[in-house]
Amino acid sequence: MRLVGVRGVSKVFANGVEALADVSLDVRVGEFVSVLGPSGCGKSTLLRLLAGLTEPTAGTVEWSDETGKADLGFVFQEPTLMPWATAIANVALPLKLRGMAKSEREARAAEALGDVGLKGFERVWPRELSGGMKMRVSLARALVIQPKLLLMDEPFAALDEITRHRLNDDLLELWQQSGVTVVFVTHSVFESVFLSQRIVVMAARPGRVSAELAVTEPYPRSQGFRTSAEYAAWCRQASSRLGEAMAA
Amino acid sequence: MTDAKVIAPIVLGVLMLALWEGVVRAAAIPSYILPGPILVAKTLVADWGTLEPSLLVTVRITLEALAAAVVIGGLLAILFSLSRWVEQSLFPYAIILQVTPIVAIAPLIIVWANNVELSLLICAWLVAFFPILSNTILGLRSVDPNLLDLFHLYGAGRWRTLVDLRLPAALPYFLGGLRISGGLALIGAVVAEFVAGTGGNASGLAWRILESGYQLKIPRMFAALVLISAIGIVIYLVLSWLSHLLLRRWHESALDGEN
Repeated sequence: MRLVGVRGVSKVFANGVEALADVSLDVRVGEFVSVLGPSGCGKSTLLRLLAGLTEPTAGTVEWSDETGKADLGFVFQEPTLMPWATAIANVALPLKLRGMAKSEREARAAEALGDVGLKGFERVWPRELSGGMKMRVSLARALVIQPKLLLMDEPFAALDEITRHRLNDDLLELWQQSGVTVVFVTHSVFESVFLSQRIVVMAARPGRVSAELAVTEPYPRSQGFRTSAEYAAWCRQASSRLGEAMAA
Repeated sequence: MTDAKVIAPIVLGVLMLALWEGVVRAAAIPSYILPGPILVAKTLVADWGTLEPSLLVTVRITLEALAAAVVIGGLLAILFSLSRWVEQSLFPYAIILQVTPIVAIAPLIIVWANNVELSLLICAWLVAFFPILSNTILGLRSVDPNLLDLFHLYGAGRWRTLVDLRLPAALPYFLGGLRISGGLALIGAVVAEFVAGTGGNASGLAWRILESGYQLKIPRMFAALVLISAIGIVIYLVLSWLSHLLLRRWHESALDGEN
């Protein structure tokens, strides 16, 4: 069943740059889909369109259930925490903005911090956290409202490989537990294969969907999958699709 | 704060004072040209009866001007940040007020205000409010655009965004402006009094300096000067402490090297 889709969407910025040209994409309920592409292919713009943070120049964004629109989490490339607020206050922000009482939102924020492995870090200030931990706080903030759709914009691109692998593992676990739908933007072939059920490959100038690849490996995927021959084969396939997209 | 940071300037200060006293004595410089620090200290104590009321007047005007600068500068900055239109209409006039030398408009203000203390206050405020205004505007604008998106995403209105995002983000900038304005309010208060040039009971330290000059009471002039510097130092220290207190948890400027 479709959760949200874009139909023939184009986006031209005020400076004349054509970020997206006639993009159509359906996101199904509960799936984990990655958007893979080189920089400048409009994948971040596509995510912002889904979030309603920007309007398409042409085409439409369609929600199967209009209430889903209000139930989304967004994780940016940077942790984007408020430096003047503790971890728990950062996580509780979406609830605060929705007018939830302090005791209730702090209880839910503490739970969300626990879910991302940061139990005991409630009163810590962002500057005292490592890059990976900041990203976990950011993830907890996106999940605290129990969103239907989680949009992630190259969230782990700036992290070291060890941290990125652990966050990938934890993200998959959270996805399986919560049943949230995830759209994950990345420029990493390896990350997209490891995480997703479906990879949407995009090409640049103008940004368009160039190929789709269903990664039919079963979950749970763990460390074993990352070193398997199957994983390497999938990566090879995704790489060649990406290569075609960049050559086109 | 490390010990060296406190001790080094004190040692230097004591050495300079000793050198000053030594030169004044060795060269037998008359006190109406350059009094030694010991004589200045003695005068400070002996003339305290005259200097103290003046000190209080200057302190009061400075603090009132600073408070007015905080309130009006801060509110104007918020108003400007809420409406581009208001900012574009009013900001040029704020700049005109800032670039016009205060000594040039002080006589006008004194004529119009028709009240010495009020006119001094207006002059000091005029000098002090601009750094707070321009810094706070800069701060209100320097908000992480992703955080703005996030607030938008979760349906925060203008008011919520102002209170929970723009104001905290602007705080370090505001405090930086406040520290500059603290010094400027004092300068404004002193300069305005020089221009006003009025004596009487309600006169501040600037008038004491003028008066001492007329009467060739140079040691008293130095004593008044010491008091003005002391006010400036105390204001700076208090505002720095306030800034540290508010920012030490999170802002880079207040970090102590570790971490």
